[in-house]
Amino acid sequence: MTIFLNGEPVEVTSDCLADILRELGYGESKVATAINESFVATSERSRHIVAAGDRLEVLTAMQGG
Amino acid sequence: MTDFYGVSLPTRLMLGTAQYPSPEILQRAIKASNASVATVSLRREGVGGRGFHDLLAGLNLRILPNTAGCHSAREAVTTAQMARDLFETNWIKLEVIGDNDSLQPDPFGLLEAAERLCALGFEVFPYTTEDLVLCERLVEAGCQVLMPWGAPIGSGLGLNNEYGLRSLRQRFADIRLVIDAGIGVPSHAARAMELGFDAVLLNTAVARCGDPVAMATAFASAIDAGHKAFEAIPFEPRDMAVPSTPVIGKAFLG
Repeated sequence: MTIFLNGEPVEVTSDCLADILRELGYGESKVATAINESFVATSERSRHIVAAGDRLEVLTAMQGG
Repeated sequence: MTDFYGVSLPTRLMLGTAQYPSPEILQRAIKASNASVATVSLRREGVGGRGFHDLLAGLNLRILPNTAGCHSAREAVTTAQMARDLFETNWIKLEVIGDNDSLQPDPFGLLEAAERLCALGFEVFPYTTEDLVLCERLVEAGCQVLMPWGAPIGSGLGLNNEYGLRSLRQRFADIRLVIDAGIGVPSHAARAMELGFDAVLLNTAVARCGDPVAMATAFASAIDAGHKAFEAIPFEPRDMAVPSTPVIGKAFLG
């Protein structure tokens, strides 16, 4: 199915968020996630089911003031 | 030493991590500044990028994530939740921007976000204007720290409304007050400390100057000097001259 990763369309085969992150190469990375503008905690990712067209944001630490 | 939500910080400088010429200069500037806290942001991640996370871990500082760039309470709350998940801290520098030219906080969105975040157990560091009533509301919402701007972010104009900032210090004796934004040179930071502020948060003044490491050292000295002056209780300025040399005993010579 097609979902949107940080605004760009990507194809994924899994439907659970934890598996999708692994599939997209974020396996061991420290990232924070939101689906459709709602926060999804690390501890919830294995239970969170993603649907086609969902908007996934994957954020990490960056420089800031 | 003043504590922030129960955390005692060894120094009174919080330093931003953006806009440095290189990661190496960032690391050296942070060390030279003697900062206790480093501010960071959350941004979209490409796969595999761990560089900045590792750099932060090596600094051994308290991390204060921000909600920079958020324009609504909802966006800021979601960003704060993501930051807590990532950095494993309840601390959040809350920015809800209301105006794109001045980057002035949106007082209404800020208060709404602060109320929700305090209810969610966050320890909120709100970036605010020096508005006394807004600051009262933020404290009522549960904020134990207020971060009034000195001047617009990145402007370097210093303390634009010293009267307003002094009023805040007098009103909120038990609240930690941090000047956040607008600091341009070390004398601005020293002045903030002389007024009794608990800390200053700055970024551009160090990151975008000619020699960030040297400037970081200068800020460390200025903040230390300003705070020592505050503790020494400066005398009240007056309009008329008063001779400092004794008049008694002066010779009659003409």
